[in-house]
Amino acid sequence: MNQKTTVWLSVSYILLILIVVFSVYPAIWVVMSSFRTGDSLYSDSLLPTTFTLEHYKTLFTKYQFDLWYMNTLKIAVSSMILGTILTLLTGYAFSMFRFYGRKSLMNTLLVLGLFPGFMSMIAIFILLNQMNLLNTHTAVVITYASGAPMGFLFCKSFFDTIPKSLTEAAHIDGAGHNTIFFRIVMPLSTPLIVLLALGSFAGAFTDFIFAKLVLKTPEKKTLAVGLFDMINGQQATSFTTFAAGSVLIALPITVLFILLQRFLVEGMTVGAEKG
Amino acid sequence: MVQQLIMDQNLSKTKPYRKIAVVLSVIAMGLGQLYNRQYVKGIILLAFHAIGLYTFIFRLPHAVWGLVTLGETKTQLKKVGRLYQQILGDHSVYLMIQGLITVCAAFVLIYIYTMSIKDAYQVGKRRERGEQPHNFLQTARFIATYRFPYLILAIPLVGVFFFTIMPIIFMILLAFTNYTSNNMPPAHLLDWVGFDVFKDIFTIKQWSHTFYGVLLWTFIWAILATVTGFFGGFAIALLVQQKGIRFKKVWRTLLIMPYAIPMFVSMLILQNMFNGHFGPLNQYLGLIGIDSIPWLSDPTWAKVTLVLANFWVSFPASMLLIIGILSTIPTDMYEAADIDGATAFQKTRLITFPSVMYSMAPLLVMSFVGNINNFTIVYLLTNGNPVNGDYQFAGDTDLLITWLYKLSFEQGQYNFASVIGIFIFIILSGFAIWNVRRTKAFKEDLQ
Repeated sequence: MNQKTTVWLSVSYILLILIVVFSVYPAIWVVMSSFRTGDSLYSDSLLPTTFTLEHYKTLFTKYQFDLWYMNTLKIAVSSMILGTILTLLTGYAFSMFRFYGRKSLMNTLLVLGLFPGFMSMIAIFILLNQMNLLNTHTAVVITYASGAPMGFLFCKSFFDTIPKSLTEAAHIDGAGHNTIFFRIVMPLSTPLIVLLALGSFAGAFTDFIFAKLVLKTPEKKTLAVGLFDMINGQQATSFTTFAAGSVLIALPITVLFILLQRFLVEGMTVGAEKG
Repeated sequence: MVQQLIMDQNLSKTKPYRKIAVVLSVIAMGLGQLYNRQYVKGIILLAFHAIGLYTFIFRLPHAVWGLVTLGETKTQLKKVGRLYQQILGDHSVYLMIQGLITVCAAFVLIYIYTMSIKDAYQVGKRRERGEQPHNFLQTARFIATYRFPYLILAIPLVGVFFFTIMPIIFMILLAFTNYTSNNMPPAHLLDWVGFDVFKDIFTIKQWSHTFYGVLLWTFIWAILATVTGFFGGFAIALLVQQKGIRFKKVWRTLLIMPYAIPMFVSMLILQNMFNGHFGPLNQYLGLIGIDSIPWLSDPTWAKVTLVLANFWVSFPASMLLIIGILSTIPTDMYEAADIDGATAFQKTRLITFPSVMYSMAPLLVMSFVGNINNFTIVYLLTNGNPVNGDYQFAGDTDLLITWLYKLSFEQGQYNFASVIGIFIFIILSGFAIWNVRRTKAFKEDLQ
């Protein structure tokens, strides 16, 4: 019996190691490629024979990587703040209050959220054109933020878990809507806010389809658009520079996700709860 | 008693405030409120009345004309004096969007109009009872307290209206026009064509062949992607959480890497790893003496590659979730099973699996729905290629959603793209409404 367990455990460890290699290999491969000399995709070995930081420099000299980085941060942070506030408001209204038209509004929003985004992209493009907002970051931020409330259900189900007795007691003690929201509900919702903020930040940080459509000039580009063009554009020649770009883009988001693992699981299970 | 009588007499003597207020409000918004001595409210409503009159007299007829005809004057060259000059005609698309906005605004104004009449009636009734009508400050406070949910929903809903509802209505309308890149405004005028585009998709051989082919692959893909991601994550979760495995946290952190890397970056990376000529995968296969595999260029292999890549990005999320669920299963169940002499396999099948399924079922449906629309993975990895010669503007690995993208942004077949979008929506809404209705967040409301 004991021997059997040992054998099974060893098999498990071997399996785990194989799966870990499978999961982290692409990341390691790209990091290694970014330090390699030359610019071809092909290499004889995983570990580069000579290390170079040339490709990282190229990003800032040949491409305007620092500018793209600032653009992306600007867009991501603004749409994170706006989007999170809008989603919180929507979820809060549907969770805490009973009002006329609530059910049908909720249904409508849920169904609207199902429409593929690309379907409405042409129309949004024309709308933005009429508002003279094409090729501006404002356009991208407004569009991301105004799409955010459609994901209210997750937020609502989180607020639903806050005991009603808590808010009712505060109400009887004479607390107004603002006091209840900021002093009672918000402090209890840290995981939710972190998750919403992270989600909308990462969403804006990594979206490239819409950004590619709206942002045309190089000085307006975001990282995602820039990186996509670097590998799929006409003058896409250097794979190693692309690898360096991938590392710089993926690093902050990946570290953020790993640090916030705990919130991630908490948040996902809240959304998963069912009756 | 006497006092009561006097009060009753007073009541019957008071003016019919209700009637007068309502009649005045019907004549013009705000007049009833002014009559009820609610001056600020009255002035605001009067301003709305002015906007309303302007909209209905000057804007609405043109908007309706635009929506119905989609423009009548073509852009053409006209002889002005001796020279030919280009005279810009009607721009069908702008007419459509402006028409939509104006019609919606008209509905909002009508709503405000009826509300103002209702309000005048209510306040009049209160005055007949001898109460003081609210002043503006009191009204504002009343709204902030008792109409709070509407107040905080207003901002998100305006955004949703302009950036979701309007565009969706616009796209649905496009499905009934002849809007293609060969017939682009402002050079050409659009026309309503009824259900012709829908008919074309089913009757023209090449379109229907593509539609059924892509639809079939979309479903096969969604099933494969969901099932592999879920069961892969399940198995790996069991592996990590076994008794006796050490450094569980380290394993978990390493395993969520594919989930933590932004998807568009990792997909661009994978696209290069799977490169048929220079990619590392074929290179390693070559080292152990296997011929290189056409990962992205052969129809069947491209599909396999997609499922594999999707497994790679999606197993960590379900693994994390399932690990969370595993910790909630009471240990006495396993102890009881041990006493009964159950094997490890039996325990997994009879205790672990049902518990996980119970919590995961709705998420599975949602991830199935998500996979039907999994644009990023297909667009970045294969872009729907290899191209299928029998298909209309589609490749072998195209999903409905990527086909829609190609149709609108690469081929300019806007009306066909809209029809596809409507189909996607019909397919999805069934699943999602069913699923949402089962969730706790929704059920609680029924109580």
